[in-house]
Amino acid sequence: MELGVFSFGDVQRKVGKLGPTHESVTNLLEAIQLADEVGLDVFGVGEHHTEYFPASSPATILAAAAATTKNIKLTSAVTVLSTEDPVRVYQQFATADIVSGDRVEIIAGRGSSTESFPLFGYDLRDYDRLYAEKLELLLQINASKDGKVTWDGQFRPALNDIEIVPRPKKPMDIWLATGGNPESSIRAASLGMPITYAIIGGHVSRFAPLIDLYREASRQYDVSHADTRVAIATPGYIAEDAKDAKDTFWKSWSWTMTTLGRVRGFAAPTRQHYDSESNVDGALFAGSPEEITERIIALHKKIGHSRHIFQMDTGQLPHDKFLRSIELLGTKVAPMVREALKSE
Amino acid sequence: MSKPSLGIIGSGRLGTAIARQASAAGYVVRLANSRGPESLSLIVKVLLPGVIATTVDEAILQSDSIVLALPLNQYKSLPVQLLKGKIVIDAMNYWPPTEGEIPEFMNQEVTSSEYIEQYLPGARIVKTLNHVAYNELEQHSLPEASPGRRAIALAGNDADAKAKVELLINDMGFDAVDLGVLSNGRRFQPDTSLFNTRLTAQEIRST
Ligand SMILES: NC(=O)c1ccc[n+]([C@@H]2O[C@H](COP(=O)([O-])OP(=O)(O)OC[C@H]3O[C@@H](n4cnc5c(N)ncnc54)[C@H](OP(=O)(O)O)[C@@H]3O)[C@@H](O)[C@H]2O)c1
Repeated sequence: MELGVFSFGDVQRKVGKLGPTHESVTNLLEAIQLADEVGLDVFGVGEHHTEYFPASSPATILAAAAATTKNIKLTSAVTVLSTEDPVRVYQQFATADIVSGDRVEIIAGRGSSTESFPLFGYDLRDYDRLYAEKLELLLQINASKDGKVTWDGQFRPALNDIEIVPRPKKPMDIWLATGGNPESSIRAASLGMPITYAIIGGHVSRFAPLIDLYREASRQYDVSHADTRVAIATPGYIAEDAKDAKDTFWKSWSWTMTTLGRVRGFAAPTRQHYDSESNVDGALFAGSPEEITERIIALHKKIGHSRHIFQMDTGQLPHDKFLRSIELLGTKVAPMVREALKSE
Repeated sequence: MSKPSLGIIGSGRLGTAIARQASAAGYVVRLANSRGPESLSLIVKVLLPGVIATTVDEAILQSDSIVLALPLNQYKSLPVQLLKGKIVIDAMNYWPPTEGEIPEFMNQEVTSSEYIEQYLPGARIVKTLNHVAYNELEQHSLPEASPGRRAIALAGNDADAKAKVELLINDMGFDAVDLGVLSNGRRFQPDTSLFNTRLTAQEIRST
C-alpha cells in the first residue's frame, strides 16, 4: 500500500489575513522534501487558481522537487486537463519526469473546481467533450513509441506526424481522477487507466460499488497492458493526540468548506457534521497515528485500494503542523500499515 | 397498488442516486443520458440492478414522472413536445461556479425552475430534490415516522403533480414539505439556508 500527501499549496494566515502566495510555493517544496525524507511513497500537487490555493502550475513545482528528492513519486492531484493543452502538459511533466529519474506521474481530472475555465477561455458546456478528447490525446502522446503523433480533434489544431519531446525512458503513469460520477469509472476502465477516487465527504464505503463498477468494466474492456490500480484521496490530518488532531483539522477544514460554500451557495458545515465524518467510515481522516492506521487498514479490507493520499493543508493550517502531520504519516502510520498488510 | 414509473434524464451522480432510491422503493425506473443506453449497460448491471437503461425519448414516453438530473446548461436538448402533460421534477440548479454562467438564467427575478416551466409548455413542473447532495439521498434516507427524519422541500403550481411527487419523496426515505407555488422554489436554491443542509420538516417550515 502506497501512502502519501497531496496539496493545493495552502497559504498561511498572517495577522488575520491571507499571507503571500509566494510563501505557499516555498512551503510546498519544503513539505515535499520532508515527505521524501520520512519515506512516504507519493506527493501530489493539485492545480488551483485562487488566492488561498495558488498551486496553479503543479509541473513547475514537481520539477523543482524532482531535483531535490530521491525516492518519492511526484504527481499532479489533479491536472485540470479539460482546460490544458495535452501537448504542453506532456512536455512539462515529461521534463520533470526526466529530472526525477522516472518518478513523475499525472492524475488527470475533469475539474471539480472550475476556475480554470473562464481563466483560459473554455466553455463549461463542453466540460465532458473537452475532457474526453484531451485525455485521449495525452494518452496517445505518452504511449507513442517513436515520439511522433498524428491526431485530429475538435478543440486543438491537428497534429500530423509531429514529434513531441523530450521522451522519458518509459511512458509515465497517467491516472484518471473522479469524484463519483459512475461514467468516469467506466471511462478509466475503457482506457486501461488506473483510477483515483477523490472523496471529500460522506461515507467512504459509498465508493465501494463504484470500485466494483470500475473492476467489472476493466474485465469487460480487457485492454491490453491495462493498469487497474485503485487509489483513494481524502482529507486527512495527523497529530499525536486524537482530540488535538480533530480540533486543529476542524479549524482548517471548516474554513475551507465555508469558503467553498460561499462560492457554491451551500451553508457552512456544523461541528456535529464534521464529527460524524471524522470517525469510522467517514471521509475525514483526522486523528492520532493509531486511529488513522486502523482506519486505513479497515478501508483497505473493504475496497482493496493500493494507494491512499491525504490532503492535510487547507484553510491555513499552520505550516509547522502540516510538516509534523507529514512526519507522523511517514514515521508512525506508514510502518504500522506496512506491517499489518505485509502478508498481502 | 403498483408504484408509478419514473424516468430519469441524466445518469451522473444525482441521476444514479435517485434511480437507486426509487428503484429500491419499488418504482419502475428508466435511466437515460445523451450517449444512449449502451453506455449505461454496465452502470445498470453493477450499480442499479432492476433499473432500465434506455433513450431519453423512451424514458419520457414510458414513465409517469420524469426527473431532470442533467446539467442545467444542457436544458436545450430536452424534447419539449414529449414532456407535454408529464410530471417533470426539476432537480437542476443554476450554479455558475460549477456549470458556468448561462445568460438566460442570470435574471434574479425568475427562478431557474420558472424559466424551465416557460421553456417546457404543458409540462407539470415540480421543483425538488435539487437541494440535497446526491450521496445524502442514500445516507440520510429513513423509514416514514423515524425520529429526526430529514425533509426535502418542493414547490410547484400543479397540486396533483405535487401530491404524486410527495409520495415519491416519502418512498425515497424523506419527509416532503410543500412550500407552495413554483416561484417559492427560490427558498431552496443555491445560496439559501435550506440548500445542502440537513433539516427536518419542522425545521424547514420554520425557516
Ligand atoms: N451532485 C449533486 O449532489 C446534485 C444535487 C442536487 C442537484 N444536482 C443537479 O443535478 C444536475 C446534475 O448534476 P450531477 O452532479 O449529477 O452531474 P454529473 O454527475 O455531471 O451528471 C450529469 C449527467 O447528465 C448527463 N447529460 C449531460 N448532458 C445531457 C443531455 N443533453 N441529455 C441527457 N443527459 C445528459 C450526463 O451524461 P452524458 O454526458 O453521458 O449524457 C451525466 O450522466 C445539475 O443540474 C445539478 O445542479 C446535483
